Amino acid sequence: MSKLETCDLRLYYGDLEALQGISMHVEERRITALIGPSGCGKSTFLRCFNRMNDTIPGARVAGQALLDGQDIYAPDVDVVELRRRIGMVFQRPNPFPQSIYDNAAFGPRVLGLARAAPPWNRRRWDGMRERAGLDEIVEQSLRAAALWEEVKHKLRSSALDLSAGEQQRLCIARVLAVKPEVILMDEPCSALDPAATLRIEDLMRELQEQYTIVIVTHNMQQAARVSDYTGFFWLGRLVEYDQTAKIFTRPAQELTEDYVTGRLG
Amino acid sequence: MTKARELFDRGLAELRDRILELGTMVETAISQAFRALREQDREIARQVIAGDEQINARRYDVEECCLRLIATQQPTARDLRAIVAAIHIVTELERIGDYASGIAELAIRLAGQPFLKPLIDLPRMAQIDQEMVCASLEAYLAYDPELAFNTARRDAEIDQLDDQIYRELLTYMLDDPRTIPRATYLLWVSHKLERIADRVTNICERVVFMATGEVKEFNF
Repeated sequence: MSKLETCDLRLYYGDLEALQGISMHVEERRITALIGPSGCGKSTFLRCFNRMNDTIPGARVAGQALLDGQDIYAPDVDVVELRRRIGMVFQRPNPFPQSIYDNAAFGPRVLGLARAAPPWNRRRWDGMRERAGLDEIVEQSLRAAALWEEVKHKLRSSALDLSAGEQQRLCIARVLAVKPEVILMDEPCSALDPAATLRIEDLMRELQEQYTIVIVTHNMQQAARVSDYTGFFWLGRLVEYDQTAKIFTRPAQELTEDYVTGRLG
Repeated sequence: MTKARELFDRGLAELRDRILELGTMVETAISQAFRALREQDREIARQVIAGDEQINARRYDVEECCLRLIATQQPTARDLRAIVAAIHIVTELERIGDYASGIAELAIRLAGQPFLKPLIDLPRMAQIDQEMVCASLEAYLAYDPELAFNTARRDAEIDQLDDQIYRELLTYMLDDPRTIPRATYLLWVSHKLERIADRVTNICERVVFMATGEVKEFNF
């Protein structure tokens, strides 16, 4: 079974059909890239999976989006839990204006994921017990985001003092701290320099062993380098979706060929 | 080393393995084709001819591998030259396979007829050809321009033997016109063995290009 799947998924902003009947599946523990020009719907499509479009007034979804075969838009879906299972990393690193530690600990604290305090003598042991569990979670997430070595000696310092690349890895750590299954990345490297970009790409390859990753990117070379599958979007339509090597060596659609060879805008 | 580089290196290693595999298939084809000629064995000859299909398929496998690496890894410098060289090298290996197949066909035509003369120079040419194929691929693996150069130089030995065979067979034909058909076939065998060495020289030129970036023509 695919990890994520859409069946004739459509999205409307009011009367405007922004996504036209998208049917595709995302393989588990693979990296799937979504490419296409600006405004073609790839980010909109990405946001369907964690229902971020719900926050946009007038946005309406039709068709199906499934996580492990379950309807993401079913009325009884706990959206908070959905967004724990499907995490998101944004184009501009957006750490909270708090310490590095508190950024990574935020999700587990809010969701109560740290080791529970014993029922007796809660007042005395509560804080310490919670912290011990959190410490582990924070370290694990920062390690998994390849950031631990750089920040382990300054966990209490402000996240905003980190470089852009480090901040982005902290945002990834924040997502990992709540043990997601899927990581959505919306142009995660656009705001980063080439060296930081390569580090993120390397990290993606490591993460792929445990998580399903979907990345929206403007950078075709990045899609070609990093992903296993690529979907090409054009004007709200999924034009072609196939193994990355195939998309970049012999695409089936002429439109895809024109785009990847740079003949389209 | 980054994971990206590791993945790329694995892809390049896979490419090298496939080329070596193809090289071994081609060496075997030369050796078996010659065995068919020497032992007048039509069955072995037919196997060589049938085996050429696999050699062709393998060549396209390698090209596909190269296409994928170029599209997904954006290779530069030495890596780019290695991949481009690989495409040329397998084309040459595939042509060598065709020549071996051609020798097998001639073996079928010659089978059942008495040998014009004991085969001495032709087996020597076939042996040198195999050694050259093997050495050229060693040079490719090791990025060794010196070995490539020394291997290509042996083309001169092949040309000399080819010349010798021509003069010898000419005297047979002039002496007795009834030998012309068999002599002609043997001339063609010699010609194919000579062309094999030319192809190996091309491989060696590609190895030098891959290792140094220099385009050198070998004319021995």
